[in-house]
Amino acid sequence: MTENLPEQTPKQKRSASTSTFSRVLKYSGVRLVTLFITIVIGVYLTILIANMGGYVDQIMRSEIRERVTLAVTQDPANRDISPEQRNKLVEEKVRLEEKRLGLDRPFLVRSVNYLKNAMMLQLGRAQNMTSDSGSKQVRLIILERLPPTLLLMGTSNLILFFTSIFIALALSRRYGSWIDRMVVALSPTSSAPSWFYGIFFILIFAATLRVLPFGGMVDAPPPENRLAYVLSVLKHLILPAGSLIISSFFLSVYNWRTFFLIYSSEDYVEMAKAKGLSSRDIERRYILRPTLPTIVTSFALMIIGLWTGAIITETIFNWPGLGRTIFRAIGLYDTPVIVGTTIIYAYLLAITVFLLDFIYALVDPRVKVGGAQS
Amino acid sequence: MNRLRNLFKELKRYPSAVFGLVIITALFAVAVYAIVSIPYEQAIYLWRGGEQVWYQNPKNAAPVWFNWFSSTKRPETLILDSRAGDAVREVTERETGRNITLTFTFDYAYDDFPQELILYYHNTYEAKEPFATVYFYTPDGREIRVASMGVAHEQSFRFSQADKLKRRLGTEFIIEGLFADPNSDPEDPAPLKGQYQVVIEGVTFEKEADIQAELVMHGTLAGWAGTDHLRRDLTVALLWGTPVALLFGLLASFGTSVLTMIIAAIGVWFGGWVDELIQRITEINLVLPFLSILIMVGTFYSRSIWVILGVTILLSIFTGGIKSYRAIFLQIKESTYIEAARAYGATDARIIFRYLIPRIIPLLIPGLVSGIPSFVFLEASLAVLGLGDPVLPTWGKIINDAQSQGALYNGYYYWILEPAVLLIITGFAFAMLGFALDRIFNPRLREL
Repeated sequence: MTENLPEQTPKQKRSASTSTFSRVLKYSGVRLVTLFITIVIGVYLTILIANMGGYVDQIMRSEIRERVTLAVTQDPANRDISPEQRNKLVEEKVRLEEKRLGLDRPFLVRSVNYLKNAMMLQLGRAQNMTSDSGSKQVRLIILERLPPTLLLMGTSNLILFFTSIFIALALSRRYGSWIDRMVVALSPTSSAPSWFYGIFFILIFAATLRVLPFGGMVDAPPPENRLAYVLSVLKHLILPAGSLIISSFFLSVYNWRTFFLIYSSEDYVEMAKAKGLSSRDIERRYILRPTLPTIVTSFALMIIGLWTGAIITETIFNWPGLGRTIFRAIGLYDTPVIVGTTIIYAYLLAITVFLLDFIYALVDPRVKVGGAQS
Repeated sequence: MNRLRNLFKELKRYPSAVFGLVIITALFAVAVYAIVSIPYEQAIYLWRGGEQVWYQNPKNAAPVWFNWFSSTKRPETLILDSRAGDAVREVTERETGRNITLTFTFDYAYDDFPQELILYYHNTYEAKEPFATVYFYTPDGREIRVASMGVAHEQSFRFSQADKLKRRLGTEFIIEGLFADPNSDPEDPAPLKGQYQVVIEGVTFEKEADIQAELVMHGTLAGWAGTDHLRRDLTVALLWGTPVALLFGLLASFGTSVLTMIIAAIGVWFGGWVDELIQRITEINLVLPFLSILIMVGTFYSRSIWVILGVTILLSIFTGGIKSYRAIFLQIKESTYIEAARAYGATDARIIFRYLIPRIIPLLIPGLVSGIPSFVFLEASLAVLGLGDPVLPTWGKIINDAQSQGALYNGYYYWILEPAVLLIITGFAFAMLGFALDRIFNPRLREL
């Protein structure tokens, strides 16, 4: 764009802006290529692992053989044919089934094919799983499970993120008070994962008090009334979301509080205090502003973290989300579904990491895109 | 040695650290006790043993100490074995055999009904099996004929499955029918307290034949930790879970942090493509789904705790930790003493292992200790997903069993709470100690 600027632009300025432009362009180019290579390798590794380097093929082959043999021998139509014919029939059906799943080609060839399709976001068809609407398309299976996961993870992570920053700011002001010390003392509670708190929550609120459901996402049968449906979902949401929040709450508050404390002991904050600025102004202009890049980063990573869902918490609460689907997919050796979720996460992560560089430059004037490459 | 003493002195100033250390010491003591008192082979035999090993235990029984805290006393498990002389034995010889009477007497002073009464016969005979009639005498003197039948060498007889007795008692629930106080409300029967007798009147048809029996009353309480759905005593798994959890947590955390540190040091020292490679691997690892991969390894390949441990360490090396170590090493690398070492011609390995790494060990220790809980819980998490080690009893596997048997729905809270409390105690202890160590080794944090 700078190339097309009118002639009257001073020469010096023009060369300065071209150099910024080309620097950003070059940086973005290099960054995009490295990120792309990273994704390719990461996804290929996932494909290899999800097939155990071809080992899963053997499991699937023997499963197919067993299934087909059983089907052929039990079919009353085949009762009168000779054993040789029956064997031929079995072989034929096994061959067809292996061809359908692509098992007739060597694994390495297939894995590269998988990779190509995955990178182009052609997620293909699941091997064993179906969506509730009956489709075998991986895309549909994932899309169907995405809303429950986004609801659960979104609610819990957004609440967690904003309350913990808010509370941490308040605590950094009241540093050393009993509330502050209590949060510090409680921060080890985050060593337990969320499913662990989930079990306790089920024990207390579902089993003993019987005020909230054990699991699931909505009452069975689902209420007809729209409002009743929403209320029922909300009721089911409390325990899983609560356990996700509580499991990271105190550590998160503690970390943010320590982080803010480090920034509030800077000289310019002391200076602002000496000038007699209100604590609100100090917080907004002198503490939040320089910490913004960190806050933005962790917010962005939190948002893409929503994607994977919470495998164990969803399993414990029977929450019909992506996490539980991934777990089921692994149990069914359904590689396309596993790879599908991984590739989408990889892309989301790469895009976020890429954009964050620019966001840094926007929120922090000291940062230049591609300037000081460490 | 002196430094260690100083460390302890410092630690004493943190009550949470002292508390954590006490718990950790206790856990290690339990772990050693478990390994010594129940050798590995035996633990696995017990844990994988079925009815043969655990037939004397009731299913899903709560721990015996429940009675201490409750005003209604629940029945404990009772075992009377005529071979051990727990029964009064009368033998009268006949022409063609013997008449043997076994009388089991026991006091019943509980407020609830037992789960089951079972007779295990251990008979000896050549060809013709003996015949036995079982009578049940209540404290108020009623005689109830339970069953008559021929009994084989090793035979068990469950009172609750004696169909004829159902008709005689006029109730579907035989055990309640046997123990109920006839004067109590039939809708909500209460057991009659007092001395009960079970009498076996046996007839053998051979001179040498003999009848021996074991009377087992399954209460609703058993053992110090209760039992699970396979009648297994949970004490075994709770005890053995301790060394497993500690070992997994320690090894995983130690392996991860030490390897991370060494790799970061190597990358910083050699710089160039080595450093670049390590950084790229770290970025790739960020894309890989950690838990999914562990689950895949567990499902497809091996659920052995050692394989899982190895994969866990491998995946945990190239994470954010390597970046923070790298930043610190980059600073240290510029120090003058490194320059001096280089000047006198120290080898690369010597500089890395004798000059770079020792400087950073104070930073390593708190991270190592604080990292243990997450690995202990990781093992439990995998077990809860059904990917626990196939042979070893672990805390996570107890929770998994309980979860899959619907322990929370059925009210067997002890089943989940016992391993959960142990897990949380372990996690807290290491977290608290790590927290204090972090403050001692990083004085900058102490003010915050």
